[in-house]
Amino acid sequence: MTSTVVRTEALVQDSSRGARMQARAVVATQLVTDAAGCARTRICGLRSEAPLVLRPTIGKGAEPGVRRDGGAARVTIAAGAAGPVGGDRLELTVLVGAGSTLVLTEASSTLLLPGRDGATSRADVDLTVEAGGTLVWLPEPVIAAHGCDHLMTVRAKVAKDARLLARDEILLGRHDETPGLLRTRWRVDGPDGPLLAQDLELGTRAGRSAAVAGRYRAVGSLVVVTPEWARDTTRASELLADTTAYLPLGGGTAVVSALADDSRGLRNVLDDAMARLGPPWEVDGE
Amino acid sequence: MDHRAALLLLADGRLPAGGYAHSGGLEPAVAMGRVRDLADVEDFLTGRLETVGVVAASFAAAACHAAYRLDGARLGALEAGLDARMPSPASRRTSRQLGRQLRRVVTTLRHDPRLELVGGEPHHPVMLGVVAAVFDVEPTGAALAVLHEAATGVATAAVRLLALDPLAAHAVVAGLAEHLDELAAQCVSWSSQEVEALPAWGAPLLDLGAEQHVRRSGRLFAS
Repeated sequence: MTSTVVRTEALVQDSSRGARMQARAVVATQLVTDAAGCARTRICGLRSEAPLVLRPTIGKGAEPGVRRDGGAARVTIAAGAAGPVGGDRLELTVLVGAGSTLVLTEASSTLLLPGRDGATSRADVDLTVEAGGTLVWLPEPVIAAHGCDHLMTVRAKVAKDARLLARDEILLGRHDETPGLLRTRWRVDGPDGPLLAQDLELGTRAGRSAAVAGRYRAVGSLVVVTPEWARDTTRASELLADTTAYLPLGGGTAVVSALADDSRGLRNVLDDAMARLGPPWEVDGE
Repeated sequence: MDHRAALLLLADGRLPAGGYAHSGGLEPAVAMGRVRDLADVEDFLTGRLETVGVVAASFAAAACHAAYRLDGARLGALEAGLDARMPSPASRRTSRQLGRQLRRVVTTLRHDPRLELVGGEPHHPVMLGVVAAVFDVEPTGAALAVLHEAATGVATAAVRLLALDPLAAHAVVAGLAEHLDELAAQCVSWSSQEVEALPAWGAPLLDLGAEQHVRRSGRLFAS
């Protein structure tokens, strides 16, 4: 039996091998005052590198906690190629400047594919939300195809009075496909220390056990940091559906953890959960 | 010198620190029909050990290491790190309840200022690490005690919950012995790392089960 731990070490060795494709994308925002004296968010940094193509966009779909007329910035990520495949390394850096608001979405889901030499593919996401800023990050699902070996790391630094709402959706294989190996690593830190640290390993025997994901093929979460909730003692854990739970942590942080049979089922329960988060995450205009 | 008899005491489920009242999340998994037979129990146990088991054992080893150096700040950081690794409030409460009970038992056995290095209701792995240091047990012993208790606790509960043959249930634990040693050695190798870098393996169905369990009546085990 190979342990989780041993595999993690193997990963470090893998990453030292030559990466096949490396791409680094950046988006940064700041709060500015326009000619009419209104505060609005300006995109002050936008760097794309194939296959990560970032584009300013207009608001569509539900945007929790974002007022339609509130001058938020919207950026969508369009992947310009299939993959990532084993050996690829993608990096996304997001900086939401003090007081500004960014809604970051994705055009399509990501299909994780194996490389020829069995190397690990990596996606590293670095999120910084400065004081009073708001980041709504709603990427599309990540699909673990047969034979893939992928590590996604998300590091979020959330300053005082800053808000974060992030969605994470994992699909274990396409239709009737045995999934490869997928690890996710989340570290969310607030001004006073760690808020959330969760690693997940799927596509293994342990991952298929009734302790981790069992027979479910879709695993997802919402990660929410809401400073207004930090001192609200009325926010208790709640079972939102058979396999969906709202789980409050310290510092105004909460996780909605969900398992489902397929991507549609997962999106439905996460959408429902998002609609029930309450202030300040109401959807404007609905 | 490693104090082996003390380690056996710490890892013994009969120590009146409350561990015997817990199924390690097996009862809700059985109640939801996700664990039905011995093979399921073995998978469940493997899944539990390699996720939250490794996290708890790593933090126990790190806490033991910190207690030897009287590093209260490090123990505080480990406490906060565990909170961030346990999304389920029900699981956090169980961990702190077990930590408090362990502290109560040990303070009647030993007077040691290191027992005051952690707050009134410490997480169980942190408290166990401190207690291990108090009994001159090395960090490896602390990690092993956590993994061993996790394994035997589930196996014992499985006998009651699924009416399994006790010999068959413990054969599963015996089969994992080498794996537990290997996991413990890995957990110890991270003892002095930054808290952020320590393992944080999550187990969504365990979190869900813990929350479902506290809302259910007629439970056999506390968790």
